[in-house]
Amino acid sequence: MSEYTVQDFKFGQPRWCPGCGDHSFLGALHKAMSELGIAPHQTAVISGIGCSSRLPYYMNTYGFHTIHGRAAAIATGVKIANPELTVWQVSGDGDGLAIGGNHFIHAVRRNIDLNMILLNNRIYGLTKGQYSPTSARGFVSKSSPYGTVEDPFTPAELCFGARGRFFARCVATDMPVAIECLKAAAQHKGAAVTEVLQNCVIFNNGTHESVYNKEGRAKNSIHLVHGKPMIFGENNEYGLVQEGFGLKVVKIGENGITEKDILVHDAHCADTTLHLKLALMQGPEFPIALGVIRDVDAPTYNDSIYEQIEEVKQAKKYHNFTELLATNETWEIK
Amino acid sequence: MAEQTKIKDLDQVIVRFSGDSGDGMQLAGNIFSTISATVGNDICTFPDYPADIRAPQGVLTGVSGFQVHIGADKVLTPGDACDVLVAMNPAALKTQYKYCKPTGAIIIDSDSFTAKDLEKAEFKTDDPIAELGIKNDIISCPISSMCVESLKDSGLDNKSMLRCKNMLALGIVCWIFDRDLKLAEGMIRNKFAKKPEIAEANIKVLNDGYNFGHNTHASIAHTYRIESKGEKAKGLYMDINGNKATAYGLMAAAEKAGLKLFLGSYPITPATDILHELAKHKSMGVITMQAEDEIAGCASAVGAAYAGALACTSTSGPGVCLKSEAINLAVITELPLVIINVQRGGPSTGLPTKSEQTDLLQALFGRNGESPLPVIAATSPTDCFDAAYSACKIALEHMTPVMLLTDAFIANGSAAWKLPNIDDFADIKPNFVTPEMAEGWTPYMRNPETGARYWAVPGTPGFMHRIGGLEKSNATGAISTAPDNHELMVKLRAEKVDRIADAIPEVEVYGAEDAELLIVGFGGTYGHLREAADELNKQGKKVAHAHFTYINPLPHNTEEIMRRYKKVVVAEQNLGQFAAFLRMKIDGFNPYQYNEVKGQPFTVSSLVEAFTKIMEE
Repeated sequence: MSEYTVQDFKFGQPRWCPGCGDHSFLGALHKAMSELGIAPHQTAVISGIGCSSRLPYYMNTYGFHTIHGRAAAIATGVKIANPELTVWQVSGDGDGLAIGGNHFIHAVRRNIDLNMILLNNRIYGLTKGQYSPTSARGFVSKSSPYGTVEDPFTPAELCFGARGRFFARCVATDMPVAIECLKAAAQHKGAAVTEVLQNCVIFNNGTHESVYNKEGRAKNSIHLVHGKPMIFGENNEYGLVQEGFGLKVVKIGENGITEKDILVHDAHCADTTLHLKLALMQGPEFPIALGVIRDVDAPTYNDSIYEQIEEVKQAKKYHNFTELLATNETWEIK
Repeated sequence: MAEQTKIKDLDQVIVRFSGDSGDGMQLAGNIFSTISATVGNDICTFPDYPADIRAPQGVLTGVSGFQVHIGADKVLTPGDACDVLVAMNPAALKTQYKYCKPTGAIIIDSDSFTAKDLEKAEFKTDDPIAELGIKNDIISCPISSMCVESLKDSGLDNKSMLRCKNMLALGIVCWIFDRDLKLAEGMIRNKFAKKPEIAEANIKVLNDGYNFGHNTHASIAHTYRIESKGEKAKGLYMDINGNKATAYGLMAAAEKAGLKLFLGSYPITPATDILHELAKHKSMGVITMQAEDEIAGCASAVGAAYAGALACTSTSGPGVCLKSEAINLAVITELPLVIINVQRGGPSTGLPTKSEQTDLLQALFGRNGESPLPVIAATSPTDCFDAAYSACKIALEHMTPVMLLTDAFIANGSAAWKLPNIDDFADIKPNFVTPEMAEGWTPYMRNPETGARYWAVPGTPGFMHRIGGLEKSNATGAISTAPDNHELMVKLRAEKVDRIADAIPEVEVYGAEDAELLIVGFGGTYGHLREAADELNKQGKKVAHAHFTYINPLPHNTEEIMRRYKKVVVAEQNLGQFAAFLRMKIDGFNPYQYNEVKGQPFTVSSLVEAFTKIMEE
């Protein structure tokens, strides 16, 4: 049992729009932190710029609201310098994948132990409604009045392309799965990306409508749990099976399909093939995958840095400035 | 015949080694300067290398030079023009002969002056000496063929044998200047410790080069001796270049402050050697991160600063452009950060391997908003150590990003450095919160003496807080857009930086109180300006020199000194940036200016000429 309560992590009064997905996500994060049992003073929350990046101001932890796009790079420095901290990095889709795309992929590639939250509402809210790198082709916004003519990123694809070892997805309004994902991300050693599907009531209302409420999720999503069969539907009547190189939705009980035929989720599989297929599933043909999709162990960047320092300390004979000077070729003036 | 060779005593001599960038001229130059320093001469070196890593062999753009100035007494610059030029091929001769004094001698490798070599160096005739109108003594030696002949029994292949030709040239130079080969041999053995057969081959041709000089008198009338004079402090010395000295300064400061050293960096000429140097010293706990870009280099350092490390980022001008936003985050969040700009020629990619002082105004003002930060400029290769140490001390004690300016000239140039004792350095006391502050502490409470906010490092119980790039309320640190509060915060940040003037030394004036001209400079031009002042005083003119390391804030006595002299000239390698800053700070001040923006160091002779003219006006 954790010695902390939700109250221990709450700070200030959030100023997001009523109905914004950030409110429910913040609640889930407070709850997840209280259950993780890590002291508030050992927790640092680093954000970039954007609506969601205001989040550190509502955390009774160490918090750093930084500059646009750089949260992952700044959080990397925090974790390296102070590896005892549990470091959360909070960004929106613009902050994390547009202006900060380079830092996102490199933080994931290095496998620095950060809990990287990507609040994806497919829109720029704080600048009042421009399309983002996750907006669908043709999306009409203030900066694309005739629809965009570019394709979006799928965060999971980008994460796996950067050799991501952890990817989870949840819906901001779905507390239980959000908490499950956030806790798993915190417990995962390495860069852990959690995509939070989130609404922007003002500029992109309904963007994740098919899964935003409980009824929709029951129909249109699948909650993946490691070791459990991939079953979904209002009455758990559907499942996923492998067909050829792809996945297929089947109805249990039809065409001789039994629960035994259904794929069992393996989040720990090193190979990304099926994880990617699960993460890319879209309606109406497929359910949207929620939960921890991938969770694979690998050496972390921060651990490797300190291990190498220890190795070199053993191998080299100089450990302070005076000894360093003595390693140079010198001459004496008498 | 040999015993009849006359030995002349010299006070100083300048040697320039030049050849293809793969010819090992830097190594030959380094060995020559170090063995000279070992016998008590003072040294100052300047590598002048091309931007191309390996240009096609023999072409004009691939020439690499290394100039070394050795003196019986103190030397402050690598010297204007050389007494001996080594030119390993026609391209080197063509690009470098202008750096040779009219009285100087030029050593050439006669084997590398074939028709093909001449064509590569774009000569039109088969007599390059006449074509260039060179009147100097030419010492023509078949360096390549002697090298191959010397090593024919070594078992090395032809290419490896020819790689030793720099040592043959060095051998000749060592004979001319009466250098002890034993010291050079020791350095070669160290350099090739893992390849003893290569070391021995190099040593053999070094000796053969020396003997060639001895036996043939290398066609010159004299050899030379540079005795050691002057009072040199007793102790151990090493040869150090500015980038290495900078890295050493950061490590010393981290140790003295009791903090982890973190460097976030991205490779960029001419600053990369700072990253290289620090990356070596993991046994001292140094953490270096080669970031994905310049932005992340600085951003990770800001993160490390927030998390309690001595955080630094190293770069050159184009990198500072990219880091500016993250630097400004450290300005508004008042975090300690050291940004090192090894200046090169600009704008844009500019002259990556050349040296300028053109980033001063960028350092002072190159960010959005009212964004004051301390600016420090190192004055010499060895001063890079002190300046880096001081930058760290100011950053940590005054809670501010500090910009340390060096330049390609002092970063790559080297000089003899007396090994310091870390116990002699000023203490560094980071402005940490203390446990007794916990009750009622807020993030923007300030140290009454310095105006610096306190550093509450994440992980410390009782000090959880939130900071960020949005303007904050004074003391409490809550987000605020209140007009009066913003203006107050702008002023508090400026005042904090201004108060650093109480913690830095006053600027010293060198030369006569009643001087008719005060020469003013900053940063890496110190040596040239000081030598120019010495030369003018030697000529009987009354000249003083004030050289600035601390630029923002300026030392307290700056205005008084600027007003003390009838004529003041600000000499700098830009179009007048420091002069403009002084004008801004000192009402009605209107100095003379001397400006050069050529990517090359000043020459003492042109400074003397220009200052003489100003004095005669």
